[in-house]
Amino acid sequence: MVLELAKPRPIWQIMFSTHHTDVGLLYTIMSIAFFFLGGALALGIRAELFLPGSQIIGDSMTFNRMFTVHGTTLIFLFLLPFASAVGNYFVPIMVRYKDMAYPKLNAIAFWMIPPGGALIWLGFADFSWYATPPYSAISAPGPAADMWIFGLKILGVSSVLGSINFVVTILKCKHPDLPLSKVPLLAWSFLSSSLIVLVAIPSFAAALVMLLTDRLGVTGFFDPAKGGDPIAYQHLFWFTFHPEVYVLVIPAIGMMYEIIPRFSRRPIFSQSSGIFAFVVLSIVGFSSWAHHMYATGMSFTEKTVFMVGTLAAAPASAMHVFNFIATMWGARMRFATPMMWSVGGIALFFSAGAGGVANAAMPFDFITHDSYWVVGHFHLFVMGTIAFGSIGFLYYMFPYITGRMYNETMGKIHFIMSFIGTVMVFFTQHVLGLYGMPRRVFDYMPLPEYIIMNQITSVGAMIIGASMALWLFNMLYSSAKGKEANMDDPWGLGGKYYYPHQAKTPHH
Amino acid sequence: MSGHSNWPEWIYVAVVICLLTYVGAEAWNVERIVEHTPAEAEVIKVTGQQWFWTFEHEDGTKEVGELHLKKGKPYKFEITAKDVNHSFNIHDYVVLQDAIVGRLNTVWFAPDKAGEYTIQCREYCGLLHYNMRATLYVEE
Ligand code: HEM
Ligand SMILES: [Cu+2]
Ligand SMILES: [Cu+2]
Repeated sequence: MVLELAKPRPIWQIMFSTHHTDVGLLYTIMSIAFFFLGGALALGIRAELFLPGSQIIGDSMTFNRMFTVHGTTLIFLFLLPFASAVGNYFVPIMVRYKDMAYPKLNAIAFWMIPPGGALIWLGFADFSWYATPPYSAISAPGPAADMWIFGLKILGVSSVLGSINFVVTILKCKHPDLPLSKVPLLAWSFLSSSLIVLVAIPSFAAALVMLLTDRLGVTGFFDPAKGGDPIAYQHLFWFTFHPEVYVLVIPAIGMMYEIIPRFSRRPIFSQSSGIFAFVVLSIVGFSSWAHHMYATGMSFTEKTVFMVGTLAAAPASAMHVFNFIATMWGARMRFATPMMWSVGGIALFFSAGAGGVANAAMPFDFITHDSYWVVGHFHLFVMGTIAFGSIGFLYYMFPYITGRMYNETMGKIHFIMSFIGTVMVFFTQHVLGLYGMPRRVFDYMPLPEYIIMNQITSVGAMIIGASMALWLFNMLYSSAKGKEANMDDPWGLGGKYYYPHQAKTPHH
Repeated sequence: MSGHSNWPEWIYVAVVICLLTYVGAEAWNVERIVEHTPAEAEVIKVTGQQWFWTFEHEDGTKEVGELHLKKGKPYKFEITAKDVNHSFNIHDYVVLQDAIVGRLNTVWFAPDKAGEYTIQCREYCGLLHYNMRATLYVEE
């Protein structure tokens, strides 16, 4: 059993370990730390936008740097590393192997993240998370911009190394008695998301190098004055990052596949449909990248092709929703904290998907594109679905990591406040977008509709912030003073909390 | 594989696919209609640069930060950018097209109501992006 805190070890033993549960613990702690750092920036942004005019942030450049680092942090330093944390803990156990396939590579992949994160935070670039040229090549102030490029380069390599490790662990180290079709869906989710990473990341990796040499003035890949094309960058970028959104969401769905059946006290409705949906999404996810570029002047035919490609990916996501509902239908559910987060996450996943379909319909996108609608759309995924799934899963892992129980009442209050806050913030942002408020703005026109909706959004954000402070307290307090968990069945579900419990960790 | 029949799921998937097909077909049709620029549309050259808009009419007159047009007439915007990318947006008329360095993007509209409308930049372009606005005056 892994009782990290009940049997304290010196910190350096964990830091220099290559064991999968130790690397998993490092990933967990680091990603949660970055969650709070990035979240703090979001609260700053919302405080500034509470009223038109300048409130707490003196100048727009600081504001622009804040939303850039906010987005970069939460995607690359919270969501992705948190997924790796879960994968590290669970994938080897689920395929019945003693560790990850390449333990040293695993530790190296982790240790690349702190320098990447440091470059991003110390630089504090301003060109938004998608760094489009020509702005990023000729206008964005250095050295912040260059540090961001290097930081992302490092994080990209880390992500590729981690993915290779997951793929090999699952396909090559799986116990011979365990057929791939019986591998739990959580492990399947890591197989599909890792394969996506391996295909998707190279184009952005190339774009980053080209952007850097453009900034150094030695090339003009994206500079029309030198015969380059700024649109080429956008294709390279979105070829990576539309599939990457599935890299983010698939592990979160996998976490829900672990929690929903467990707390419904019955097996998943259909293992095969879950696998099918993962595989289909990993393939079809590559057919839609330019739906982010309708307004760049694409021809009618191009737009149509990418609209069809986008819509084609939706049924696979809808199948997961069906699978979850069918599993819960008529089941004896227990709404402990992890279950509440998962069910809430599924509800928000569904509404986010509906908004995505609307975006994909090309005439409608000319209303919503680069407006606050888009901010609302993708936050229902990144916050409402992926972060909700992840937070729920951290509650689920809590007894496993610490040997103690978190405080259940505080956990429920945390969920209820976050859910209310999330609905207030991101549903309202959809409407703000319909009223035409652009995204990435330091200030807005003092129209009464804009003001009231921005205020609802800001209040919602503060509710989320308060609930996260409560969460932090709960985690810190309970890991030291919480009551001892019953490691066979921490939630009294009558079944076995078997995966984590089986992990024997002979530290090597 | 799961040992029980799965037909409710297939029916559900079929319904989802039907809905998506409907959305796609409708979107295709609407876009096809709105993209058809009338031949008599008057050309307005639009240039975005950090952080203002310049408009040039067919007769060569230029306006900076404001644009005067006639109600009921069709106009075709030819949009480009000088320094970095911007996005030309008249939200009230669902006019949105990126202003890209080295490219000429077009979009058309016909204002049907006299009045003042906001023109704004919808693509992040640096320091004063949030304030990169102009005013459209539609006159009788
Ligand atoms: C699965 C999880 C998803 C995530 C994490 C996600 C994330 C995102 C992000 C980050 C953006 C904005 C990018 C930017 O401009 O900065 C975006 C835009 C968009 N998403 Fe999603 N998305 C997801 C699913 C979907 C689905 C299922 C659809 C359609 C069926 C969809 C359709 C779109 C479209 C069309 C846009 C472009 C909107 C615009 O810029 O005008 N998304 N999404
Ligand atoms: Cu996309
Ligand atoms: Cu702008």
